[in-house]
Amino acid sequence: MKDIEVCGRTVEEAIQEALIKLNTTRDQVEINIIEEGNKGLFGILGSKQARVFVERKPTIEWKVVVAKDYLNRLLEKMNIEAQVKVRSDEGCVFVDISGENLGFMIGRRGQTLDALQYLTGLVVNREGGEWIRVVIDIEGYRYRREQTLRALARRMAYKVQTTGRRVALDPMNALERRIIHSQLQEFDDLETHSEGKEPFRRVIISPKK
Amino acid sequence: MKELVEFLAKSLVEHPEEVLVNEEKRDNETVYKLHVAAKDMGRVIGKQGRVAKALRTVVKAGAIKTGERVRVDIIDDEV
Repeated sequence: MKDIEVCGRTVEEAIQEALIKLNTTRDQVEINIIEEGNKGLFGILGSKQARVFVERKPTIEWKVVVAKDYLNRLLEKMNIEAQVKVRSDEGCVFVDISGENLGFMIGRRGQTLDALQYLTGLVVNREGGEWIRVVIDIEGYRYRREQTLRALARRMAYKVQTTGRRVALDPMNALERRIIHSQLQEFDDLETHSEGKEPFRRVIISPKK
Repeated sequence: MKELVEFLAKSLVEHPEEVLVNEEKRDNETVYKLHVAAKDMGRVIGKQGRVAKALRTVVKAGAIKTGERVRVDIIDDEV
């Protein structure tokens, strides 16, 4: 049972009863008060019962199912044959899509993949509950891109170290910039920061003064 | 393709029953005119058009296979 409507003498009583019936606790639900209720004269005349609608908040397990279902239906509408694997880890939903010739679903520099990921995130979180990040990968694109970015970061770090001059990288999205920043944490003689407005924001690597 | 636009919009809005897509074939492109409930406009457009942009990106990807040129117009019925 996902939700229930309950009447009671007071709002509080109705909520308590709903929680018992749903076998859950207050932090797991969203409560809508339909009718405040009032005791009326002498508890009889004009008395009105309180009515509440109590709904279980979606859990991460539920969101995993929503993500999988959404993407399967989306791929079907696009006539794409692909496998969707979903798992949750540390409050994130990770999706792996595999199939043949899915390059067009990744798009230029992962543009389409990012759009897909953004929309899935919205759909998964629209019913409320704890906000869950959705990360989608297609044919290991993100993984490979991460390796490439880490290698690039190390190369550029070396360049800054040898020339003593700052280097501006190509514009990247937030996720990609984070990978660069994290890779260069270990260089004590360098510092990194980002400059510019999205979507042209880029990482700057400079020597520490 | 029309179904794809419909599906994408319906999964974002609060009133899926009010989602309507009209397909208009022009010389070299197909235009999908998307209507949603006035209250749902924000949900399909998003802050700085972010949702609309993502939606269009996915629709464009869907059209790559068929090779057609597509456009999604979000129609404001209030005006």
